[in-house]
Amino acid sequence: MVEQLHIAFRNADKIDPNKIDDYLAVGGYQALAKARAMDPKDLATEVKSANLRGRGGAGFNAGLKWGFVPAGADTTYVACNLDEGEPGTYKDRLIVEKDPHSLLEGMAICAWAIRSKQGYIYCRGEYPYIVEHLRRAVAQAEERGVLGDFKIDVRMGAGAYVCGEESALIESIEGHRGLPRYKPPFPGVNGIWGEPTVVHNVETLVALPEIVSRGADWFAGIGASNYPGTKVLTLTGDVVNRQAFEVPTNITLRQVIYDLGGGVRGGKAFKAAQVGGTSGGLIPGSYLDTPIDFDSMRLLGSFLGLGTGAVLVIDETRDIVDMLTRVAKFFEHESCGKCTPCREGTFRLYELMKKINAGDGSDEDIEKIENIGKVMLRASLCGSGQASPSPLLTGIRYFRSEFERKMKARV
Amino acid sequence: MTDLRLLADAHRDTRGGIIEFFHAVQAEHNYLPEEAIKEAARVFGVTEPQAYGVATFYSYLSTTPRGRYIVRMCESAPCHIAGADQILEALKKHLGIEVGETTSDGRFTLEVTQCVGQCQGTPVVTINSTPYVDVTPDQIPAILNGLE
Repeated sequence: MVEQLHIAFRNADKIDPNKIDDYLAVGGYQALAKARAMDPKDLATEVKSANLRGRGGAGFNAGLKWGFVPAGADTTYVACNLDEGEPGTYKDRLIVEKDPHSLLEGMAICAWAIRSKQGYIYCRGEYPYIVEHLRRAVAQAEERGVLGDFKIDVRMGAGAYVCGEESALIESIEGHRGLPRYKPPFPGVNGIWGEPTVVHNVETLVALPEIVSRGADWFAGIGASNYPGTKVLTLTGDVVNRQAFEVPTNITLRQVIYDLGGGVRGGKAFKAAQVGGTSGGLIPGSYLDTPIDFDSMRLLGSFLGLGTGAVLVIDETRDIVDMLTRVAKFFEHESCGKCTPCREGTFRLYELMKKINAGDGSDEDIEKIENIGKVMLRASLCGSGQASPSPLLTGIRYFRSEFERKMKARV
Repeated sequence: MTDLRLLADAHRDTRGGIIEFFHAVQAEHNYLPEEAIKEAARVFGVTEPQAYGVATFYSYLSTTPRGRYIVRMCESAPCHIAGADQILEALKKHLGIEVGETTSDGRFTLEVTQCVGQCQGTPVVTINSTPYVDVTPDQIPAILNGLE
């Protein structure tokens, strides 16, 4: 039986999230005090050696990101990405609902390392009650003085998937349309209002107090060596247990779906899993024994690999082509329009999928999808455009028979 | 109803806070009247086309009037395979409107939305962002009638 290991969920359902006293009673904000007694450079070195990789979907080394901030910068910002727009994902909402102070403490630790006095939490517009919840927690923390001179403002999104991309998120905080920026310069050099900014996912930030308390070696020794620690997985779809689990990163997809998830609902047969979110690749049964760490997942052909850790289970009765048509609709809707490969590509991919789904498709249409997908992968301005063909391309690779079944009758 | 000029001035200290201002306007009006766009331009130091550009970019902001209750059906992949289409049909039937329309009494506007992060309970409907999970078509009348 797979054992959960709670780092992000360490205080979940054990404390009253609305009471800072509960958080303090379990040792909350002591890690921050320890961090503040360290030289910021030593703190950054410690976190880098823990090999904490971003938990929002891109898997970028957190300590490495901190290193991009120029030494001696006057003004720097810490931004928390609570946009959580990736369909199938609900982990950040749960983490913040159950333990908001762990996020504030994590942000303050990051702030110490990059000498920042101002943090922003960008909370998606779909979670208005979380905005209130966090503002209350910040007010409590300020009243107790636990954050020192670090201020945190909670800012709001308004329904735009692309604002989960860090530079689009920065544009949104600045009061603009959420269009990603050309990079370089990267946010670490030129971020919010042109100042060096580190943007991190919620799950990444809440690991920091534990890394400071227990040490980098402790963290680096958990799970997979190239992507250590735990991952919160959110299960959805045709699985018995549609809930979140937090596990070391070296367990397999089969263990996730059958041990934790309780298997496929209604005793049906497994057909596919889409891992990482709606931009994740489809994974057939033959690859269920793949470990869930970021890089292993990526080898299966999905641009995003483990992505956010969302796991959508699809049973034998589901129409893959129909589902992928809906996925294509999502990306057409969410494309920000700035770059041609994504703006035109998502439009055409949806058009082609609708055609195939309606029974009017041909082999040429499949070829077009593959070609457009390759262009978007190489030439899109941001990760959204780059990742969005993955579900369709893996669908064609692993479930071509489902596409063929819908083809126009051949003469 | 708060005067829009006063409401805009109240957001002056939030740097770049045009979205926060727009949310505050929608909390009372459920959409952004033209005057709100003008006030946003004035307070945040942008042109009216730029303010209008922000108002039209984000899917939760609307520049056309909407009803008191925004009923949103999630249409992303997890809800889709859980039967969102049937829920949408039930909503259309009970409200007597199509997607994007408002009931003649001004109470309900029906929209489709993308994932709202409640995938543990698909299919999901939200009403003014309050989630209703594990929805079945026969629950729709009770859910809608239960509102004031």
